[in-house]
Amino acid sequence: MSDVKMVNLTIEGRAVSVPEGTSLLEAAKVAGVLIPHYCYHPGLPVAGVCRMCLVEVEKMPKLAPSCATAVGEGQVVHVHSEAALEARKGVLEFLLINHPLDCPICDQSGECELQDYTFQEGPAESRYHEPKRFNPVEDFGGDVLFVTNRCILCTRCVRFMDDVHHEPVLAVSERGDRAVIARASDADLTQPWAANVVDLCPVGALVSKDFLNKARAWELDRTASICSGCSQGCNTIVETRDNVVVRQKPRSNDAVNKFYLCDEGRLDYRWMNRADRIQAPSIRLHDVLSPVDWDIAVAEAVKLLKGKRAYVVASPKLSNEALFLLRQLIDASKGEGVFRCATGPEAPLPGVPDLALRADRAPNVTGAELLGFTRRDNDLLGGLRDGDVLVLAEDDLGGVDAAAVRKAGAIIVVGTVMPIGLPTPAVVLPIANVAEEEGTFTNLRGRVQRFLQAKAAPGHARPSWYALGDLNGALGIKGEYFLPGAVFADLAAQVAPFAGLSYDRLGLMGAPVAHATDEHKVAGAHVEAV
Amino acid sequence: MGYPHKSHPRETPVLSKHFGDAEARTLDGWKARGGYKALQQALGMEPTAIQQVVKDSGLRGRGGAGFPTGLKWSFMKLGDGKPHYLCCNADESEPGTFKDREIMRWTPHALIEGCAIGAYAIGAETAYIYVRGEFTEPISVMEAALAEARAAGIIGKNAMGSGKNIDIWLHKGAGAYICGEETALMNSLEGKRGNPRIKPPFPAVSGLFGMPTTINNVETLTAVPHILNNGAEWYKAMCLSNPKSTGSKLFSVCGNVAKPGNYEVVMGFSFKEFLYDLCGGPLPGRKFKALIPGGSSVPTITIEEAESVVMDYEGFLAVGTMLGSGGVIIFDDAQSMPRQLARIARFYAHESCAQCTQCREGTAWMTKILERIVAGQGTFEDLDTIFDLAEQMTGKTICVLSDSCGAPVVSGIKKFRGEFEALIKGRRSSTVAMSAGAGAR
Repeated sequence: MSDVKMVNLTIEGRAVSVPEGTSLLEAAKVAGVLIPHYCYHPGLPVAGVCRMCLVEVEKMPKLAPSCATAVGEGQVVHVHSEAALEARKGVLEFLLINHPLDCPICDQSGECELQDYTFQEGPAESRYHEPKRFNPVEDFGGDVLFVTNRCILCTRCVRFMDDVHHEPVLAVSERGDRAVIARASDADLTQPWAANVVDLCPVGALVSKDFLNKARAWELDRTASICSGCSQGCNTIVETRDNVVVRQKPRSNDAVNKFYLCDEGRLDYRWMNRADRIQAPSIRLHDVLSPVDWDIAVAEAVKLLKGKRAYVVASPKLSNEALFLLRQLIDASKGEGVFRCATGPEAPLPGVPDLALRADRAPNVTGAELLGFTRRDNDLLGGLRDGDVLVLAEDDLGGVDAAAVRKAGAIIVVGTVMPIGLPTPAVVLPIANVAEEEGTFTNLRGRVQRFLQAKAAPGHARPSWYALGDLNGALGIKGEYFLPGAVFADLAAQVAPFAGLSYDRLGLMGAPVAHATDEHKVAGAHVEAV
Repeated sequence: MGYPHKSHPRETPVLSKHFGDAEARTLDGWKARGGYKALQQALGMEPTAIQQVVKDSGLRGRGGAGFPTGLKWSFMKLGDGKPHYLCCNADESEPGTFKDREIMRWTPHALIEGCAIGAYAIGAETAYIYVRGEFTEPISVMEAALAEARAAGIIGKNAMGSGKNIDIWLHKGAGAYICGEETALMNSLEGKRGNPRIKPPFPAVSGLFGMPTTINNVETLTAVPHILNNGAEWYKAMCLSNPKSTGSKLFSVCGNVAKPGNYEVVMGFSFKEFLYDLCGGPLPGRKFKALIPGGSSVPTITIEEAESVVMDYEGFLAVGTMLGSGGVIIFDDAQSMPRQLARIARFYAHESCAQCTQCREGTAWMTKILERIVAGQGTFEDLDTIFDLAEQMTGKTICVLSDSCGAPVVSGIKKFRGEFEALIKGRRSSTVAMSAGAGAR
């Protein structure tokens, strides 16, 4: 910080000191003052067009747009002075004259900045008696529906597609009050990150087709989570209504995904609501699975595992905690842990360095590697020996030659859904999925990030760390945890790269593992954005 | 006044001296009339010396704002290693203004010479003339003159054998009023949508292509060769009133007047004499009622106010309006002011670039209210609403287009409130021949 010149100023009577060049709007945030704004977004170039963020700066002749005005030494800024409030009230009245005010049927209602600021400081009624402008709704392609009449022309979507996505397919067309956001001819918003315009839109003009008419914003419960769509580890908010995930949105984290989430990730949530889940633990009796109590199922698993070598096929969608407990189980039996990861084409967001939909389509590949699991994408059961106990931890062996399975002495399934086409497993232990438990993932840059529980697990399914902890405990390995943080504490104490990390201190932003970071950075260097 | 009329004896034709003289359009003809001497002289001077002469002359921007030209040039940091640009604003889109058109049409080489001197004085090797696309005749004249000047080595590499490079390019606009705003003009030149930019940074710091840029009006640049030829003192002496307003100025006169056209007078000329003597007064049987003296963006004044005005920057300010671009729009007693003002507002609503909320929505809203009043559907509250809208539209946006919509309307309502009230009370003024909304949008 020594070479950064700090500027001191007063905003709403509060003294702040911010680096030179900071905008008044950002400086006000430091002072704890939110200056209402529409077109400004920290991830986009400044446009200064909505004129909502006008503030009064002493000794300046006119009101200043706080997004486009840099701080000056000794400035005294009034955000809520009469002149500033009057100007913003004027802007709100102008924005509403052609706005349909269809809040009762608008998806944005409840999380709409036009609604919020109008309630906060807008005019109670309009003096506008002329006919409103009308334009039809337009399908922008991809997941984006454009409800033209609600648009306030803040141009965030245009700037995102131009300056962040580098796919300039949106523009302001026409002039005056005829102006509308328009697509380039034949261009759909099907680019891999295009649906971010829905989040960026401060009003209900760009809405998600997937979420259309699904829920009101105030009915949703919001939970901090991590996208499990790829190894980038974008921070998300999982939104549920009545225990059903209805939407996944990006949660900003400067170190990982800034403000964004790719379309594939944001729409990859339906599996969290799968109805065909394993509801209860069961064991095989006369070649048929019978539901039993957890204790009985665990005892049966212990009986099978005692003295046998465990061959664990773990999913890289499991948490660090679950993988750590499996690691303990493998070590105790001198067994082997393997995993595979689905892959797909990589899709970077060009305007943000080191942000992409990654080729590895699972959130914890790095965690699995750091915990000693061997990646066997093509030969998953290659290390399976005769008589091994095959533990399928959230991998259903789909697409794997079932013949190889016959080597196994027994199969124990620890998962969310039943594998199909395998010999009947001896024990089935149902676990929660990522939306139903808490834990951590390690992304491809070695950043350990927490996700929280968004909804209840079905039936008797238990969090993976809880179920595996009980199994380990029954096997005489350390187990029987009561909190995921306790599992993580043991993980941090025993696995070198995780040393020094604390579950609490990870907070909602995460922290990088020790030592491993550089190595992983090098490994992923080829995807660094220009 | 020039083509097709002769200049009035009380005019001071400096820029308009050769209007109507087809020979002045050619390079040889222009040289025979003393052309390119000033450029030759300038290329032998230090750029700062040219700036000083222009500063001493008191020349101020003729596009509307009246900013001292020499001072503007001195903002360009010479020798900073960056390419500098000169933009000549020939968009002339301000309603009621048509002086630059005549300059380009009759004396293209005068503008080329002015651009070349201006470019050299600010350390630029490239000048762009951004010309209004609808000016088809001036464009072809300018293009021919540029080709001639380039072929003769007057501009281009090693201009006039001086070893200096000065390229001048003509760029046609595509029909947007807002592209006459200097930052929108630069965006348009760069191939972007013609939206005004936020200032700061000012063009002298970061302008065209992010480089230091100066934007000058056609009339401003055309005056520069005369200043170099005759000296700053000569130019400064062309002043009948306030010493801050010097030189000759072209006024475009249109509307309900006996002799519309361009008139060139010395700063400080009596507006009353200008209107009644030079322009021939009102049409037979009519009386002047109101006028907008500086292009449609400036406040409306009554004829009584106008008669007291001396024609310079300060003189017009004294009656609450502005010299602006010098486009004098005259309304006589046969005109309905509400209808005229509604038409002006409609122009701004049509031309708003749609960036700023107040302008995009405000100009359109104001137009709708005015047209409703003209149609006999107005209320007294509407007048208050218009005042309030104008207040919201003034000083709060990136450029001054929305201010420009409010200024003539608000001043017009204040000064001709009776006409508005008559319409509102349902006694439609006998002079309103048609309802509002007539004419193509």
